[in-house]
Amino acid sequence: MSMVETTPGAWEPKIVAFCCHWCTYTGADLAGLNRMNYPANVRVLRIPCSGRMNPQYALDALNKGCDGVLVCGCHPGDCHYSTGNYFARRRMLVFKRLLEYQGLEPERFQVRWISGAEAGKFRDTVTEVVEQVRALGPLHLNHELVLSGMEVE
Amino acid sequence: MSRIGVFICYCGSNIAGTVDVEKVAEVARTLPNVVHAETNKYTCSDPGQAGVKAAIEKYNIDRVVMGTCSPRMHELTWRKLLADTPVNPYMLEVANLREQCSWVHKDKEVGTAKAIDLIKMAVAKVDKLSPLKSTQIPVTKRALVVGGGIAGMQAALDIADAGYQVTVVERETSLGGKMVMLDKTFPTMDCSACICTPKMSEVGSHPNITVKSYAEVESVEGYVGNFDVTIREKAKYIDYNLCTGCGACTTKCPTKVINNFEQGMSARPAIYKMFAQAVPAKPVIDAEHCRKIQENKCGACAKICPTGAIHYDDEDKVTTERYGAIVLTTGYQLIDWKPLYPEYGGGKYPDVITGLQFERLVNASGPTEGHILRPSDGKEPKNVVIIKCVGSRDPHKGVAYCSRACCMYGAKHAHQFLDKVPDGRCFVFYMDVRTPGKGYDEFYMNTLQDGAQYLRGRVSKIYKEGDRLVCLGEDTLTSAQIRIEADMVVLETAMVPAEGVDKLGSMLGVTRDKDLWLTEAHAKLRPVETNTAGVFLAGVAQGPKDIPDTVCQAGAAASKVIGLLNHDHLESNPQISRVNEALCQGDGACVNICPYHAITLVQKQFRENSQKITRTVASVNPGLCQGCGACTVTCRAGAMDLLGYTNESLMREVDALCQW
Ligand SMILES: Cc1cc2nc3c(=O)[nH]c(=O)nc-3n(C[C@H](O)[C@H](O)[C@H](O)COP(=O)(O)OP(=O)(O)OC[C@H]3O[C@@H](n4cnc5c(N)ncnc54)[C@H](O)[C@@H]3O)c2cc1C
Ligand code: FES
Repeated sequence: MSMVETTPGAWEPKIVAFCCHWCTYTGADLAGLNRMNYPANVRVLRIPCSGRMNPQYALDALNKGCDGVLVCGCHPGDCHYSTGNYFARRRMLVFKRLLEYQGLEPERFQVRWISGAEAGKFRDTVTEVVEQVRALGPLHLNHELVLSGMEVE
Repeated sequence: MSRIGVFICYCGSNIAGTVDVEKVAEVARTLPNVVHAETNKYTCSDPGQAGVKAAIEKYNIDRVVMGTCSPRMHELTWRKLLADTPVNPYMLEVANLREQCSWVHKDKEVGTAKAIDLIKMAVAKVDKLSPLKSTQIPVTKRALVVGGGIAGMQAALDIADAGYQVTVVERETSLGGKMVMLDKTFPTMDCSACICTPKMSEVGSHPNITVKSYAEVESVEGYVGNFDVTIREKAKYIDYNLCTGCGACTTKCPTKVINNFEQGMSARPAIYKMFAQAVPAKPVIDAEHCRKIQENKCGACAKICPTGAIHYDDEDKVTTERYGAIVLTTGYQLIDWKPLYPEYGGGKYPDVITGLQFERLVNASGPTEGHILRPSDGKEPKNVVIIKCVGSRDPHKGVAYCSRACCMYGAKHAHQFLDKVPDGRCFVFYMDVRTPGKGYDEFYMNTLQDGAQYLRGRVSKIYKEGDRLVCLGEDTLTSAQIRIEADMVVLETAMVPAEGVDKLGSMLGVTRDKDLWLTEAHAKLRPVETNTAGVFLAGVAQGPKDIPDTVCQAGAAASKVIGLLNHDHLESNPQISRVNEALCQGDGACVNICPYHAITLVQKQFRENSQKITRTVASVNPGLCQGCGACTVTCRAGAMDLLGYTNESLMREVDALCQW
């Protein structure tokens, strides 16, 4: 549903990354401590756990002008709250399908597990997602993405 | 209207190097509800903090955005600062301008633009936060220890010595656990009774310790500092206030029951003490086998008791008491190898025994008074085969993990046998020899010097030929087929969690791993804590280990308990879930997803359309909720929200970001 209409320099992808406080947010901090570089197109939004990630936030972001959404948490088995990311994994998988069913390109909604030590993986993931979305161009929606019809759980 | 103050830090040149801090402040001043924005060279320094306080006062600020380094670094610093001002410490949002902005971007224009966005997001979020107050949770200064093995006894003694009351709940009729069954303990070979029974009497007579033997935890309510624990003490049929422990009764009882303490190798009466040095040092009646209780016949024990302590109409005693902390030390049992190893006879050969049976056979107070005599015919075995890892490291038959103590006690058994039967021969089948630990490898080397023959491989079959047991196996180092005619075979079987620990764990919200060992909160950094605040663990209940490690862990758990009980009050984390009762449908989805069992469904009265109605709604226990927010997403009615990370505040943050 989106068209590539990049006039060089005019458009930059906007990505929001929802990161759990305990692992990915820590990994992102470590990338900073190690003075790694990654594209400035990503804004990190801190949530306590990937299990706190409500699909509604991603919908809002995509409907209101973000070009891509990244959801990150601890590796399965490592959630600070034991089980949060297991629920997130299932929920986000269903949600991703629903988004794709509505026509969203898979690259625009991604879920990754990044630990507090994986600064390099954070940098690489962010860079990769930005480049993938850049290649797709800005997100143009013909109609709003919706949640209805979906069982959240 | 909120009054937001924005404070942006240079962090020397750390932030200012790639972010135009003044420009960010300038933009911040134009954002909705921002009444003041200022910059500072080092906000976290004393003068920096004083500046923030002064500005809060001067501009009558009611919430703040700190554009500084990561909240992981300074969120607490800022909360403490705010606690000293009229601003509520939770009316705070930190924009991560250093770790996630200035340090990862080189271009100042790019860095500045991103910093402005991060400030916008933080301003949008903080605008929607509400003040939170942590509540004070009182701490009941008493601890409960579940399991009276060496782990439980050590933990109880350490806590009691620090001056706190401790109750030990032990399900058997005596303290001691497995350790008191052992003969000698590696690597020093000190007699287990000599080091274990003094601990038992110390626990039994400690002024701060109450022992509830023959007892189990029935239910637990509440949370850290305030666990209401219901304990059922089984009827003992003996009044311990009257009983002197003389033991006359046990000599008169005509009934014979299999003696589990002696691993089934002898019999005991129906009125019995588990073993001579049992603590409490008084007998109980095993009601199931007592003729008086079952058939109203006999009554011999009551007739002989000089103090009239025996009451056949005794009943279970159920009490509920409050504890501030709980330590789980429920230990282990040996895997039931019989159904798993038909090739070893599956239990039909009495001379194929377990390690614990061997311990009783070499023990001077055991059924053979310490003479190694095989169970079938009471003869001294000359050829003994020891098989290690029976059930361990074998996911197809038993468990995948290593039981950790068996390499050492296998060597111990070989040594003990060769010591007691100098003309005997001992063969040890092994997969690996794992002897890390102080003095452990030396111990193993000594066993080899004693003459034990180690064969690398598994025994594939044991069958009877005459009165000997033929063991077939392979020495994988020489590829030789091995056939040994043994008189007795000792199986060093896997440790598995104590029965009933699954139920106990779920009662307390403590997770069990795939093998049902209780799980620590963090494998490295919180090894004796559990996911439930105020519940700790030690000993083999957490996973197989030997006595030195068990005692270390028990001491560690005790020190955590002492640290907790040392507080009069705990501050609760106010960033927890909240139910909107008007929206709640009472369907309980949140109850099921909560990893801490913090949510329950309750019946509540409401006034609707000027009528009183009763509805089921969710209720969050602030002592148990850890603020993960899983329930908020699972609630279809949208009735659950997470304070400090509310849906509204996060959505505002998203909105702010979309405008960039
Ligand atoms: C054959 C053999 C030989 C060994 N030799 C040695 C040795 O030489 N040296 C060495 O260091 N280690 C040795 N070990 C290991 C040693 O036995 C353990 O490390 C030690 O006993 C662990 O103590 P614990 O208190 O954790 O568990 P346990 O000894 O199992 O104690 C747990 C206690 O909790 C009670 N309990 C369980 N569930 C409940 C419940 N729900 N409610 C109330 N009470 C409950 C049990 O009745 C028991 O009394 C040997 C083990 C075996 C099998
Ligand atoms: S805390 Fe990181 S996913 Fe749960």
